[in-house]
Amino acid sequence: MSEKQVPIIAFNQVDLSFGDTHVLNNIDLEIETGKFYTLLGPSGSGKSTILKLISGQLTADSGDILFEGKRVNNVPAEKRKVNTVFQNYALFPNMNVFDNVAFGPTLKGMNKTEIKNKVKSMLDLVKLGDFSERDIDELSGGQQQRVAIARALANDPEVLLLDEPLSALDYKLRKSMQYELREIQQRLGITFVFVTHDQEEALAMSDWIFVMNDGVIQQNGSPEDIYDEPINHFVADFIGESNIVDGIMKQDYVVHFVGKDFENVDAGMRTNERVEVVLRPEDLDLTTIENGKLIVTIEDQSFRGDYYEITAIDDDGNEWQVQATNSATMGARVGLTFDPEDIHIMRFNESEDDFDARLESYEDDDES
Amino acid sequence: MKAKQQRQIFYIVPYGIWLLLFVIAPLMLMLFQSFTTSNGHFTLGNYGAYFGSGTYLRMTFNSVWYAFLITVITLVISYPTAYLLNQLKQKQFWLLLVILPTWINLLLKTYAFIGLLSKTGTVNSFISFWGVAPQQLLFSDWSFLLVAAYIEIPFMILPIFNSLAEIDPRLSQASHDLGANKWQTLRYVIFPLSMPGVKAGIQAVFIPSLSLFMITRLIGGNRVITLGTAIEEHFLVTQNWQLGSTIGVILIVAMIVTMILTRDRVRKNIRK
Repeated sequence: MSEKQVPIIAFNQVDLSFGDTHVLNNIDLEIETGKFYTLLGPSGSGKSTILKLISGQLTADSGDILFEGKRVNNVPAEKRKVNTVFQNYALFPNMNVFDNVAFGPTLKGMNKTEIKNKVKSMLDLVKLGDFSERDIDELSGGQQQRVAIARALANDPEVLLLDEPLSALDYKLRKSMQYELREIQQRLGITFVFVTHDQEEALAMSDWIFVMNDGVIQQNGSPEDIYDEPINHFVADFIGESNIVDGIMKQDYVVHFVGKDFENVDAGMRTNERVEVVLRPEDLDLTTIENGKLIVTIEDQSFRGDYYEITAIDDDGNEWQVQATNSATMGARVGLTFDPEDIHIMRFNESEDDFDARLESYEDDDES
Repeated sequence: MKAKQQRQIFYIVPYGIWLLLFVIAPLMLMLFQSFTTSNGHFTLGNYGAYFGSGTYLRMTFNSVWYAFLITVITLVISYPTAYLLNQLKQKQFWLLLVILPTWINLLLKTYAFIGLLSKTGTVNSFISFWGVAPQQLLFSDWSFLLVAAYIEIPFMILPIFNSLAEIDPRLSQASHDLGANKWQTLRYVIFPLSMPGVKAGIQAVFIPSLSLFMITRLIGGNRVITLGTAIEEHFLVTQNWQLGSTIGVILIVAMIVTMILTRDRVRKNIRK
């Protein structure tokens, strides 16, 4: 236990309000060296605020912010070993590309040759080697983005903070920057803390995701954990497409919804507890009426390139989103099928700790 | 399309007439007069008289020197003020207070200073409270600079304030983030980016200061003779309009030179 590595950044019951608005509510989190973290949530969820607390642009009302175990609440931004890639890049328009990237190293008092080498290696890293003499307003958005990354990395930060850096780029550029950022992070081996509202981006890039809403961390875990086992309605709805219906947990491994009992893989709840049931659109398959666990009518469909997104309605009036490789006939009555492990059960108001504890309790049962 | 152009021409007619009557025509007259003798013959004699006379050259030097001093004093006071105003919560309100004195007539303000600085004025009665004998405050270089700077300060603060307000606050955040302290941020980021405002302020103060004459008379007591004073003398006292026009032309040239020196350099690079 004593060997446990000290997290590079830790939040201990951090609170922050702007006037009457509670922006962060009792935040606890730990960030380890060398991983790619994402703070994911809708706008106003508090994700950028956490970033600003780490960088020192904001000061917490209460709680501790620790850097390598030392409290840094009152350390000014310029003395922290973190650097930020700002949302709109915030490049200095009075300097060219070289001077922007050289800004940090120059302040540190490096000599001319060191600075030159540093800037060159940073610009090469972001593939802008030939751009050092350009003015900022001669660059495209994507190139400005790269300069911003090079400028932040030129300070050799231990943690790089990225505040929705890709949100202003077009779809294709965003995709390729996602891969590139991930690659840069792995090559440098430093910690990245990335803020986004784009769940696809978060799932594609991160080692670990914090899902935020209303100033609270709703759930944290690996992308797979969060996608497969969303803890509540918000997370299920925010991460990926979801069908969410009300149900009753009749007993362990049996759930009742849309008028039928289904076998599933969740346990550890009270008998006849009211729950919410999540079924992912890609886990649902269209089949014949005889083979269907549910009978639905095809209401709408749209072609999405690699799949069809089909909307169907069951006899109780619940809407079901289905992703299918083949198109369906509009208005047709078809069966809907899925496996027991595709059914995810969410309890109302279950905290992350309770959720983890329950999961462990019945997973142990299974093993014994 | 053509009808639209005609309508646009129509809009500029009133100001066009104004410009012609009160700007272009007087300038032409001035230029013409500066090259003529009193009975209308062409001559370069006026310019010869100007450049040949130590008095006029000294006046020119005086004008430039005092305008320079006024500009420096104003800038030193205005930049920190504009910077501070920009940090305040109610900045528009405070800015209004700074602008307010410009709505009051220049002569009124000048006379108010005579009331303050004269031998029996407020300042002297205040210091005599501590037993200091009345001082000669009016009719000195210092009182002239003080009053001129007082009058020009709002014209310096306003453009600097505007250019500071336009700077994205995230740039200072980025600067701190990269390790710069407050002073370094001001020096490397804020100040260079506020240069357009500083230049506009210098134009707005230096150029009018070149031709100040009323303050030189009322506050400076004619101790400070500038080109403005000389022009007034020639037109109103000695009635030598030709030489007055010549000095006027030289003053205009000096203004144009100042504007060229302080203009924003147009970027050579073409935006993609």
